[in-house]
Amino acid sequence: MSTKEWPLWEVFIRAKQGLNHKHVGSLHAADLQMAIENARDVYTRRMEGVSIWVVESKHIHASEPSEQEALFEPANDKIYRHPTFYNLPVELNHM
Amino acid sequence: MEIKLEEIFQDKIDQEIKIEPRDWMPEKYRKTLLRQISQHAHSEIVGMLPEGNWITRAPNLRRKVALLAKVQDEAGHGLYLYSAAETLGMSRDEMLEELHSGKAKYSSIFNYPTLTWADMGAIGWLVDGAAIMNQVPLCRTSYGPYARAMVRVCKEESFHQRQGYEIMLTLTKGSEAQKAMAQDALNRWWWPSISMFGPNDDNSPNSAQSMKWKIKRFSNDELRQKFVDVTVAQAELLGLTIPDKDLKWNEERGHYDFGAINWDEFFQVVAGNGPCNKQRLKARVDAWENGAWVREAATAYAEKREAKANNQIEAA
Repeated sequence: MSTKEWPLWEVFIRAKQGLNHKHVGSLHAADLQMAIENARDVYTRRMEGVSIWVVESKHIHASEPSEQEALFEPANDKIYRHPTFYNLPVELNHM
Repeated sequence: MEIKLEEIFQDKIDQEIKIEPRDWMPEKYRKTLLRQISQHAHSEIVGMLPEGNWITRAPNLRRKVALLAKVQDEAGHGLYLYSAAETLGMSRDEMLEELHSGKAKYSSIFNYPTLTWADMGAIGWLVDGAAIMNQVPLCRTSYGPYARAMVRVCKEESFHQRQGYEIMLTLTKGSEAQKAMAQDALNRWWWPSISMFGPNDDNSPNSAQSMKWKIKRFSNDELRQKFVDVTVAQAELLGLTIPDKDLKWNEERGHYDFGAINWDEFFQVVAGNGPCNKQRLKARVDAWENGAWVREAATAYAEKREAKANNQIEAA
């Protein structure tokens, strides 16, 4: 008797037209068709979506938590990337 | 080194920074969560059985679609929670194996039988009510995947309690026999419901650590008290009597006092000696074993399709 577990899939749902697909969770399914069908039953029972993406979890590559500082800290001191960094006269109403 | 990591970890917890699957965590934190989340998942799955008993005998179509939807939600909640638990490094099959062998526990309330239709009302009102009391603070639990799963669960759960209360309300406005049926259901489900919060605080050895790690936000007794306090008025509105002669308002405490819980019975049921433990477990094991050929066939079909696709790529 085969005891092989069905692969794990990550599920992304587009809540409505115009929005991006957002990760909502994961599930097991034998193939991609079943993954989409299961995602529909598990994650959209109350009109939560109009479109589903599924990706086999093994295909997701993630950054290491230990690299968090190295990757994201450099953006911290670059406040000149934000509009409020620039001093402009108040008379200039909309810019 | 280990000590340093634990300090950083606790510091994150204290600052309300969520822990995510690949972050460092103490082994005991991982184990505690794994036990709690998988137990929670098992409870959702086994919890479908007492209600499944009444789907085909629901009194009308309105009640039937509601009960079906509720049971389907419970399957969904079990799946969200199994996924959250899997991020801690245990496979789904291992978790199911632990359930089927009796090693893993589930909420002992599901080991009581559902004898009448009023039990569907009492379960929704009391059992789901108690579950919600427990689950709302878990939306802020320190482990990210668990917290996110609980947000989904809580959003969906409030209809469960309302549909149960509506069943009770309808029965209490009905004939004498229907009123008696509602009272009988309350009599049988009250004590198991308030036991659901678990042992008293001074008899709950892991609670302090779980609170420090912010897995739990309130103690068992705090949640139980909250549940009793809100439920008394709901019973009054139904015109039903809570089966506890010691239940009375305590002006000084600003809470209801209530009678002692029969913990012997609770621990007997946890140990497997409740009225339906064997039946519940057998239903789960049978479902797993009888479904084996479906899982195998789906795997074989997926493999065949993949092989075919690969052949076509090679041929091209």
